[in-house]
Amino acid sequence: MNLTLHVWRQNSASDKGRMVRYEARDVNPDMSFLEMLDVVNEELILKGDNPIAFDHDCREGVCGSCGFMINGVAHGPSHGTAVCQLHMRHYKDGDVLFLEPWRARAFPVVKDLYVDRKALDRIIAAGGYISVSTGSAPDGNAILVPKDKSDRAMDAAACIGCGACVAACPNASAALFTGAKISHLGLLPQGQPERRQRALSMVAQAAAEGFGHCTNIGECEAVCPKEIKLEVIARMNRDFLKASWTSRQKPLAGSDG
Amino acid sequence: MQLDSKVPSGPIEQAWDRARFDMKLVNPANKRKYSVIVVGSGLAGASAAATLAELGYSVKCLCFQGSPRRAHSIAAQGGINAAKNYQNDGDSVYRLFYDTVKGGDFRSREANVYRLAHISTAIIDQCTAQGVPFAREYGGTLSNRSFGGAQVSRTFYARGQTGQQLLLGAYQALERQVHVGGVTMLANTEMLDLVVIDGRARGIVTRNLLTGTIESHVADAVVLATGGYGNVYYLSTNAKGSNCTAIWRAHKKGAAFANPCFTQIHPTCIPVSGDYQSKLTLMSESLRNDGRIWVPIKAGDKRPPDQIPESERDYYLERRYPSFGNLVPRDVASRNAKAVCDDGRGVGESGLGVYLDFADSIHRLGRQAIVERYGNLFEMYERITGEDPYKFPMRIYPAIHYTMGGLWVDYQLMSTIPGLFVIGEANFSDHGANRLGASALMQGLSDGYFVIPYTLGNYLANTKLEKLEATHGNFRASEAAVTAMTERLLAINGNRTVASFHRELGKIMWDYCGMSRTAAGLETAIQKIRRLKDEFWRNVKVAGGPEGLNQSLESAGRLADFFELAELMCIDARDRNESCGGHFREEFQTPEGEALRDDEHYSYVAAWEYAANGAAPVLNREPLEFRYVHPSQRSYK
Amino acid sequence: MSIQMSATVVGGHPNRASRFYAAPIGKKAVMAVTGVVLFGFVLGHLAGNLQVFEGQHQLDSYAAFLKATPVLLWGTRLVLLVSVILHIVASIQLTQMKRAARPVAYAKKNNSHSSFASRTMMWSGPFIAFFIAFHLMHFTLGTGQPNFNGAAVFGNIVQAFQSPLVAFFYIFAMLLLGTHLHHGLYSMFQTLGANHPSFMPVIKRVAALGAILITAGFIAIPVAVLAGVIHT
Repeated sequence: MNLTLHVWRQNSASDKGRMVRYEARDVNPDMSFLEMLDVVNEELILKGDNPIAFDHDCREGVCGSCGFMINGVAHGPSHGTAVCQLHMRHYKDGDVLFLEPWRARAFPVVKDLYVDRKALDRIIAAGGYISVSTGSAPDGNAILVPKDKSDRAMDAAACIGCGACVAACPNASAALFTGAKISHLGLLPQGQPERRQRALSMVAQAAAEGFGHCTNIGECEAVCPKEIKLEVIARMNRDFLKASWTSRQKPLAGSDG
Repeated sequence: MQLDSKVPSGPIEQAWDRARFDMKLVNPANKRKYSVIVVGSGLAGASAAATLAELGYSVKCLCFQGSPRRAHSIAAQGGINAAKNYQNDGDSVYRLFYDTVKGGDFRSREANVYRLAHISTAIIDQCTAQGVPFAREYGGTLSNRSFGGAQVSRTFYARGQTGQQLLLGAYQALERQVHVGGVTMLANTEMLDLVVIDGRARGIVTRNLLTGTIESHVADAVVLATGGYGNVYYLSTNAKGSNCTAIWRAHKKGAAFANPCFTQIHPTCIPVSGDYQSKLTLMSESLRNDGRIWVPIKAGDKRPPDQIPESERDYYLERRYPSFGNLVPRDVASRNAKAVCDDGRGVGESGLGVYLDFADSIHRLGRQAIVERYGNLFEMYERITGEDPYKFPMRIYPAIHYTMGGLWVDYQLMSTIPGLFVIGEANFSDHGANRLGASALMQGLSDGYFVIPYTLGNYLANTKLEKLEATHGNFRASEAAVTAMTERLLAINGNRTVASFHRELGKIMWDYCGMSRTAAGLETAIQKIRRLKDEFWRNVKVAGGPEGLNQSLESAGRLADFFELAELMCIDARDRNESCGGHFREEFQTPEGEALRDDEHYSYVAAWEYAANGAAPVLNREPLEFRYVHPSQRSYK
Repeated sequence: MSIQMSATVVGGHPNRASRFYAAPIGKKAVMAVTGVVLFGFVLGHLAGNLQVFEGQHQLDSYAAFLKATPVLLWGTRLVLLVSVILHIVASIQLTQMKRAARPVAYAKKNNSHSSFASRTMMWSGPFIAFFIAFHLMHFTLGTGQPNFNGAAVFGNIVQAFQSPLVAFFYIFAMLLLGTHLHHGLYSMFQTLGANHPSFMPVIKRVAALGAILITAGFIAIPVAVLAGVIHT
């Protein structure tokens, strides 16, 4: 099949950027979307052009490196699938596709479809962990975790940090990402001691990074390749509200305050 | 080159305790004055960086990915072994040790393996405390499954995403240290050279992949945790970015490379579908617990699987290995798949595939049980192939998955360059010639959480290091060399893309240094690799310039190193006149076609020393002693 | 290259309340809580208005009762005023945040998964604010109504809605109020942290049904006037 691609090309963070049209010829339906771009890129390189930059690594849908908008949908049309596992059999001859990078102030464009998502790491650094230094752990079975809680924690922990939720959200909110980590750790007994502090710190960090707020509309849930549910945002809100009014701890030091 | 394995004397059960007691400790107040660079942020790198920072060292950690959480450990599916014996089924540290040495076909160092088995239990405790959501029983205790040829249930798992969850645990510990200033994280940064001063590793030279800036980093010790080199085959289950550049450039600076030809071919991957294919996708081998592997009995039988009656199917693993059946170790399962496909009995369009059939299990356990165990894997299979594995058997074929070889390290995990430590898949130490399933995660975390924090401290406490600046001549020379290589690659401006060279190299390696090897084939491969490498340096076309993000340049630099490593792999494979584990030389097999070891002549680690200016690499041998697990012919009949 | 590197930020606020409000969830919670108050008022207002169907006497005496109880009337007005102001201020701040969070818009964006109601909060809100101002002038101050009589509420209503233009404007406003309430009612639960897989579908249905009933109730009045069911 043959496709027409309109791809966002931007040389560097300071470049203004524009959409450029490309033709992808003889696309095999068994190719993955990224393999289709690989082929386009090889042609561009041989013609002396710059290949289209896009982040990718594992190509198994779990490292969270890949992701861009295809016709206005993060990771493209296939539900619960990162773009690296989207296959061309979902398209037909003559389709016109618009490829754009994730757009958010907190995700500056590095080049073309490649954005910098270190803001997500900083949200984790603010409190997305259980503080247990190596060596101080009790026996694994000393901590009993009910199976349903463990399963729900796993559902939330499946987040791959790709940023599609931010990209799809009309407010560029990282609530689904932040809520997923708060839910994963907050559901487990191991996560209880820091639960309130974690919610306060991570929520504050997400705002400081320039992500927007959540308006509970569910675009994030619809595009999440790991099908994380909006419920995690409610849990984050609950933990944050409780912590805001009841926590006796002072905010963590080592901050701007 | 002198190879001193530094294995403690005395009973193996107490070796690690004794080694730890003999280590010199760094005064707690002085730790922050020591700087350590950790290259790589996978299970080994992230756990090492976090733990070293917890102890108080000043740590710099770098990864080429945009975030440490994206390291390729994230893609490990099946699980992590630990000798907890929670199932009361006869497991013990000694049994895990025994299984690992035997599974490695007696080409690993006993003391290292014993330590790994010994530490395994602490890893589970640590990860559980971090909030890794391991599978649980209804009573809230940890759940186990048997995995990859083990006859006890010692594998802990988090659905089919165990690697992801363990890595996120280590990543979170790492970010916690980033937050308090213990670790400086440099993402999107690639190590391009190791700097050795007065015979010791004293820093590295890097390229910032977003800006193109070349930078020097001084340290008191360098830890490489950069994973395996399976991408030398182009098609592998590794991530696209996984590469050998860090270990290869350290090798060129004097670190011996051990057993480079020991590569693992994973039996259950989705078969290749076309030339454009960019990587192979692994289906967790846990699938073999409930799936039955078969091909048609008749060669060339192209009927769809549901029209082949039971009597015309060959469940060849169950037939040949009645006691292990579909759960034989990876090397055995892979070789048998290749053998039936070579017979013309392979399935799928390419004929390179065998069926992995769940019909019996679905019938016996119900569809829901299968969904619960493998749901995400089945979905992934359907996404990639467009076929529903609940209705049709999966098609699978072996693919390059893991490299047991790596930089040579002693018991302290230090390479032949003092101050350069190598952990995780990047070193050679624990898996011999074949790695058992669910052992890679165990080794990465063992090295990172529990070994390197001790041994690195011991090195620092015993070593007097001069204070250095990045302006030192050796740093300047490395920066110049790295810059010159970049310029050279960009200046060639030939007619072939990096990927086209890489595909061709991969094909050579798969054909001649893959699942089965011959002396003559390896000789051919060496000649072909040299010719291709020459062409690469004359005719490659690298897009763009030295500044800013340039993925074409990144892959060109990595491929340049793969060429050199590929040649060493073939030399090593040609030199090892025996079959063992993943290294199968057709000349050396039993009448039944099983691997035939030669313990008399090849019971050693082949540690290769780099020779400059195109001279042949020098072989150093570390003899292997088996005082506890006595070498025997592996039998899974 | 302008890759921003903000340090992790927590604190920097003198007290609990300011720290709470500084967070987007804090602002959203303020919107949710004031939303509950305003929703309560809308319900009460509807109950009052529906007395129009009981006839002139009933409605006018209800109005007289309210006027005779200034504590109730002004107390309610004060609470409403504070709620409306907080609701609006928070929404403006959140809107600014939203704009800042995505400085470069998509050339193509497909928002098909969210509801119409949720995506129109941004302009249904301001329109309702405008409507409230109009409504106050119209029925409380009597602006533009020649025969307005503050005590004769029934008469005012019938007179006003006999103009199809006014009636349709009210109907349109109530439809928008309905969509605003639909998303607002559900959203309130999510914002305040009440989301459970067993109850959320129920909450969503109740929110939709509530919004429809309220809208229908309000719309019934101008429709009844236009149809001549209610007349002086």
